[in-house]
Amino acid sequence: MNKPIRRVSIFCLVLILALMVRTNWVQGVQADSWANNKNNKRQLYDRYAHPRGNIIVSGQPVTKSDFVNGLRYKYKRSWVDGPMYAPVTGYSSQVFGSSQLENLEDGILSGTDDRLFFRNTLDMLTGEQKRGGDVVTTIDAKVQKAAFDGLGGKKGAAVAIDPKTGAILALVSTPSYDPGVFSGSDSADSKAWTDLNADPNKPMLNRALKETYPPGSTFKLVTATAAFENGLYQNVDDATSTPEPYTLPNTSTQLKNESPYERCENATVKSGMDQSCNTVFAKMGADLGKEKMRAQAEKFGFNSTVDTPVRSEKSIFPDSPSLDGTAQDSIGQHDTRATPLQMAMVSAAIANNGSLMQPYLVDQERSASLTTVSKHTEKQFSQAMSPTTAAKMQDLMVSVVENGTGTNAKIPGIQVGGKTGTAQHGEDNAGLPFAWFTSWAKTSDGRSVAVAVVVEDGSQNRDGISGGRLAAPIAKAVMQAALGK
Amino acid sequence: MSSYDLSEDTGRSGRRRATAERAVPRRRANTTISPQEAPNRRNTELALLLFAVLVPVLAYANVGLAMDSKLPAGMLGYGLGMGALALVAHLLVRRFAPYADPLMLPIATLLNGLGVVMIWRLDKAGKLLRGNYPAAENQLMWSGLGIAGFIAVMVLLKDHRVLQRYTYISMVVALVLLAAPAFFPSREEDFGAKIWIRMGSFSIQPGEFAKIILTVFFAGYLMVKRDALALASRRFMGLYLPRGRDLGPIVVIWLLSLLILIFENDLGTSFLFFGLFVVMLYVATERTSWILFGLLMSIGGAVAVASTADHVKVRINAWLDPMAAFAPHPPKGATEQIGQSLMALGSGGVTGSGLGQGRSWLIAFAAKSDFILGSFGEELGLTGLMAIFLLYALLVQRGLRTAIAARDPFGKLFAVGLASAMAIQVFVVAGGVTGLIPLTGMTMPFLAQGGSSVVANWALVAILLKISDSARRPGAEPAPATEGQGGPAR
Repeated sequence: MNKPIRRVSIFCLVLILALMVRTNWVQGVQADSWANNKNNKRQLYDRYAHPRGNIIVSGQPVTKSDFVNGLRYKYKRSWVDGPMYAPVTGYSSQVFGSSQLENLEDGILSGTDDRLFFRNTLDMLTGEQKRGGDVVTTIDAKVQKAAFDGLGGKKGAAVAIDPKTGAILALVSTPSYDPGVFSGSDSADSKAWTDLNADPNKPMLNRALKETYPPGSTFKLVTATAAFENGLYQNVDDATSTPEPYTLPNTSTQLKNESPYERCENATVKSGMDQSCNTVFAKMGADLGKEKMRAQAEKFGFNSTVDTPVRSEKSIFPDSPSLDGTAQDSIGQHDTRATPLQMAMVSAAIANNGSLMQPYLVDQERSASLTTVSKHTEKQFSQAMSPTTAAKMQDLMVSVVENGTGTNAKIPGIQVGGKTGTAQHGEDNAGLPFAWFTSWAKTSDGRSVAVAVVVEDGSQNRDGISGGRLAAPIAKAVMQAALGK
Repeated sequence: MSSYDLSEDTGRSGRRRATAERAVPRRRANTTISPQEAPNRRNTELALLLFAVLVPVLAYANVGLAMDSKLPAGMLGYGLGMGALALVAHLLVRRFAPYADPLMLPIATLLNGLGVVMIWRLDKAGKLLRGNYPAAENQLMWSGLGIAGFIAVMVLLKDHRVLQRYTYISMVVALVLLAAPAFFPSREEDFGAKIWIRMGSFSIQPGEFAKIILTVFFAGYLMVKRDALALASRRFMGLYLPRGRDLGPIVVIWLLSLLILIFENDLGTSFLFFGLFVVMLYVATERTSWILFGLLMSIGGAVAVASTADHVKVRINAWLDPMAAFAPHPPKGATEQIGQSLMALGSGGVTGSGLGQGRSWLIAFAAKSDFILGSFGEELGLTGLMAIFLLYALLVQRGLRTAIAARDPFGKLFAVGLASAMAIQVFVVAGGVTGLIPLTGMTMPFLAQGGSSVVANWALVAILLKISDSARRPGAEPAPATEGQGGPAR
């Protein structure tokens, strides 16, 4: 009987060997995919098992990690000025996941990033409690506050960028929310989450990055840039031979200007910009054609997402099938869409002599012991236009603030250039228009800032809404805060 | 094999003649261990036992330090208790089975000790583990009872061959034990499995005991019938087909295991018994055709049941798609357990989270019993599980080695049966927990929570030790006369 016993013993070994191979497969080869499976709650519990690192604004943390010593979660996230910083940080909830920087920088904040491995190992050996690292943002607390206060109770968004570096100085969206109200796992957190999601004003929508609006007249900056870049006009004082009214190409539709007081017939580029003549820029767009307009818009960042690292919604300059569509697209109506970030990038490129810097929100990632893990290196997003075109565009924008629709943004002693926009939208343009203002300001010592502000519902009254009246003062306050004037 | 066992060689060439020879106990038996030089290895056992007690005590301390940052208060008591039990068991082996295998007692002690530590660790998860209640003390008490049973076998079972007398009584007892749970209500949390006999708060899992008793029957029955089964057969297409009347009992066992499957919803026990029977049949007859028969019958049975019984379908679906239960609209009857277990194993990775530092309480259902390997996998990692599998492999191989060394056919069959039952059980449980095969719901020998399992497995090890003692004992006495021995097949 020994021969079959030996065979049985081989069979038994094979059984156990099969278990070993299987276990190696699950715990070795597949380990990470099981560990990171979305249904594996361990990651979630781990995230709140140690103090989470903070998001830093102007040297001060705007987040906190509260020791709550719950059954499953030891720590809970809370915010300093939550509504003001929510569009920057996003949320980090025990139950409802995380978003924006809290999500993208989770490796650093929770301390699981591979680059923190050495530090973590050292902490483990020395018995230090594990802590997450910090994320240092480019946000300037003063600028952020000016934008947040400026928007106040209105619905809208504001973005401020340092044109020289691309650093985002302010990122505000209103109405906002305090991410701390649903960061825990109580029933109150659930209720807060449900209520916020059901709120018709969409407080959790980050309008600065994730919402696109028709840019209206602010888009005329892109059209004028294309005209100079493509040699359609040489100088800001060139006459445009624009008829009044202007008949859209291949149609009988007549495009008029907003008010009969605008002197748009055969206006120069500059006076067209000062008065924001629709006819002038619609014709300019039609004269350039779709391809040239699209090419210029895309140099500014249209038709692509921008990772700040928080990804922005795509701004659109459409591939319109007809020339009359392109004409309307060229004045920021029709199918053109832009995020507030996108319009700030347009101003930033013009202010920085044509060089558009990649906008960024995170300056440094650092370990809990404050050593730098990574530092942002500035890089160019594109050369949006030649420096000579940029000089002409600056000239136009300064003129708008000095003589045109943007006088509300004037700051004594500082060079300010801007462009208003009052964008129609909705079925037959029935919605209340969006008030836009995008601008830049430069001090004599070379500091600069670029801003875009959009206000969705500035007034109950249609006639009370204009970019110059509603958005320009907010932009002015933001620029003053940025430049310390 | 021929170099070990000359008499077996003659048995091969002249099988009919060998039948008579087999009944004669052999003075000089086979295998690598030869009686002349046999040291009794009791000191080796003692040294290994020291580790087998020390390792769980350190693990116990590790859990306390990890979870409470201090040495657990019960550590001394636990260590002394484990140590005392192991020492008593060792002393009795010294007295009653001095030539027994030196590895089996330490391995069983180590696995049992680690099991208690893990159960205690899961007790400490408190409310985090759904339906948690303290079970470590109970398990320790059952371990004590298990070792008491071990001692009882040591003292009372003078010679394993005595059990041969109870061949048919064993069959009846095993059938009663197996059938009994079908008549007791199952609780909701048993997921329809009827494998318990419950009386108030007390419950036993008769399948665990039936495993040993059925092995007694198989060994006794096959020893008598082996020649009939092996020789009185027709050759057909290169296979030896048994006669109808010899086939009868096999079909009965097959039907029985199917009935267990259908009425008690117990895939594991069913598979274990059928597998056990095929293995023993093969060893007894040395006919490969029996394996083929066994496989065909088990596949046929499995397919027939799987295509009709819902609960088997559910198990198979859960195995094919362990994460289905996590979907927003999970299929009917889907459970998270396999998915949870796989995530526990994956999170443990190669080195594990460390004892007390994992979150295997997420497994929730049966975390301390059927799924305790998931906790070991998470907290001790792949490394720990490999070590545990090696311990089982060693235990099984020592059992099989005992079978080879045994001098009587009953002892051989008995030891093969017990050892391969252990191997099959480990495979079925661990295979289910790691997602290798569909989950069947059995306990991991020694590790898992469960009084019946601990007591039965200690008895199993005690019997193996007795067989190995008689196999390795120099100058063994002749076997007591037993019914049917050496007689022709009836």
